[in-house]
Amino acid sequence: MNLNLTLLGQMLTFVLLVAFTMKYIWPHLMKAIDERQQKIADGLAAADRGKHELELAHHKAAEILRDAKLHAANYIEQANKRAASIVEEAKEHARGETERMLVLARNEIMIERTAAREALRQEIAGIALQSAQKVLGRHIDSAADDKLIEQFIAEVAGD
Amino acid sequence: MTSSGPVDSFYYIQHHLMNWHAKLASGNSFLRLNLDTLLVSITLGLLFIGIFRLVAAKASSGVPGKLQCAIEMVVGFVDTQVKDTYHGTSKIIAPLALTIFVWIFFMNAMDLLPVDLVPRIVEGAGAESMRAVPTADLNMTFALSLSVFVLIIFYNIRIKGPIGFFKEMCLSPFGIWALPVNLILNVVHELAKPLSLSLRLFGNMYAGELIFILIAALLPWWSQPFLALPWAIFHILIITLQAFIFMMLSIVYLSMAHESH
Repeated sequence: MNLNLTLLGQMLTFVLLVAFTMKYIWPHLMKAIDERQQKIADGLAAADRGKHELELAHHKAAEILRDAKLHAANYIEQANKRAASIVEEAKEHARGETERMLVLARNEIMIERTAAREALRQEIAGIALQSAQKVLGRHIDSAADDKLIEQFIAEVAGD
Repeated sequence: MTSSGPVDSFYYIQHHLMNWHAKLASGNSFLRLNLDTLLVSITLGLLFIGIFRLVAAKASSGVPGKLQCAIEMVVGFVDTQVKDTYHGTSKIIAPLALTIFVWIFFMNAMDLLPVDLVPRIVEGAGAESMRAVPTADLNMTFALSLSVFVLIIFYNIRIKGPIGFFKEMCLSPFGIWALPVNLILNVVHELAKPLSLSLRLFGNMYAGELIFILIAALLPWWSQPFLALPWAIFHILIITLQAFIFMMLSIVYLSMAHESH
C-alpha cells in the first residue's frame, strides 16, 4: 500500500504507452475515421444526386413517351391517308381501264359488224344474182346489170 | 475459499491485500517494486497497444470489421470528448486521453475476473502473494495522475511562459496584496488535481476489490454468486465510469492549463 519505486516504473510505462499511442495508433485510426466520414458524406451526396437524376429521368421518359405517342398518332394518320389515297387511285385506275376495255370492245364489235355486214352483202348480192339469173334464164354479167344489183343490195342493207 | 474460521478469513483477506514485491534494499520501504502491479499493467498496456496497433495498421475506410468498428467507436468517442473540451492545438491530448481511458479500463476490468484466479496462477508460479488489479494499487493511480500533473505544469509554463505562470500563481485570484494567500491557494489547487484523480480511482477500485474479497472470504461458497454477480454487474458500470472520469478530468485539467484564469 505504501508508495514505492513502482510509482516511477508505472510513470515510465505510462509515458511510453502514450508516446506509442500518439505515434502509431491515433493518427492511423483518425485517418481511417475521417476517410470513412468523407466516404459516407460523398455517398449520401451521391444518393441525393442520384435521386434527383432519377426524377429528371422520369420526367424525360414521360416526355419522350408523349412525343412517341404523338409521332405514332401522326404516322397512323398519314398511313391511313396514304391507304385511302392508294385505294382511291386504284379505283380510278380500274375505272380508266374498264373504260378503255369497253372502247376496245366496242371497236371490235363495230369492226366485226362491218365485216359481217360486208360478208352478208356479198352473199346477198350472190344470191340475188343467182336468183335473177334463174328468173331471167340467162347469165348476167354486163356492167349495166351491176348497177341494178348494187341498188338492190343497198335496199336490202339499208337498214 | 470457504470460511472455516475467523483466523483463516483474516489471513485470506490480508493475503489478498498484499502486493507481490521485490525489495531492492532492506529497510527502505520506498525501494521496492510491486511486481504484480508492474506485471499486470504492462501486460495490459501491451494488450492495448497490440490490439489498437493491429487495427490501426490495417484500418481501411472501406467496410470495417467488427473489431475495427468497436475500436473506431472508442476512438471516436474519446475524440469527441477531447474536441468538446479542449480547444488548444496540442497533438498529445487526444492520444493521451485514449491511452488513459483504455488502459485504466483494462486494468479496472481485472476486478471482474474471479478474485482467486490470477493470484493463484501467479502464486503457483512462485510469487508469495499477488494482487490482480493494478488500479487498486496507489502506485499505479499516482503514476497516472502525476504524469498528467507533470503535463499540466508543462503546458502551464509553455502557454503562459515561466514568468506568466509564476505571476498567475502569485496574483490570482486576489491581486498583489494577498500574494501569500494566492500562492498557497494556487499550490493547493494544483496539487489537489493529481491527488483527487489518483485517490478517486484508487478508492473505487480498492473498495470494489475488497468487496469481492470479502464475498469470497466470508460467505459460504453456494451463496457467493448471489452477491458476487450483482456486484460484478454493477462493477462493469463503475470500471467504465472511473476510466471515463479519469480521462475526462485529465482533459479538463489540461485544457484549463491552456487558459489563464
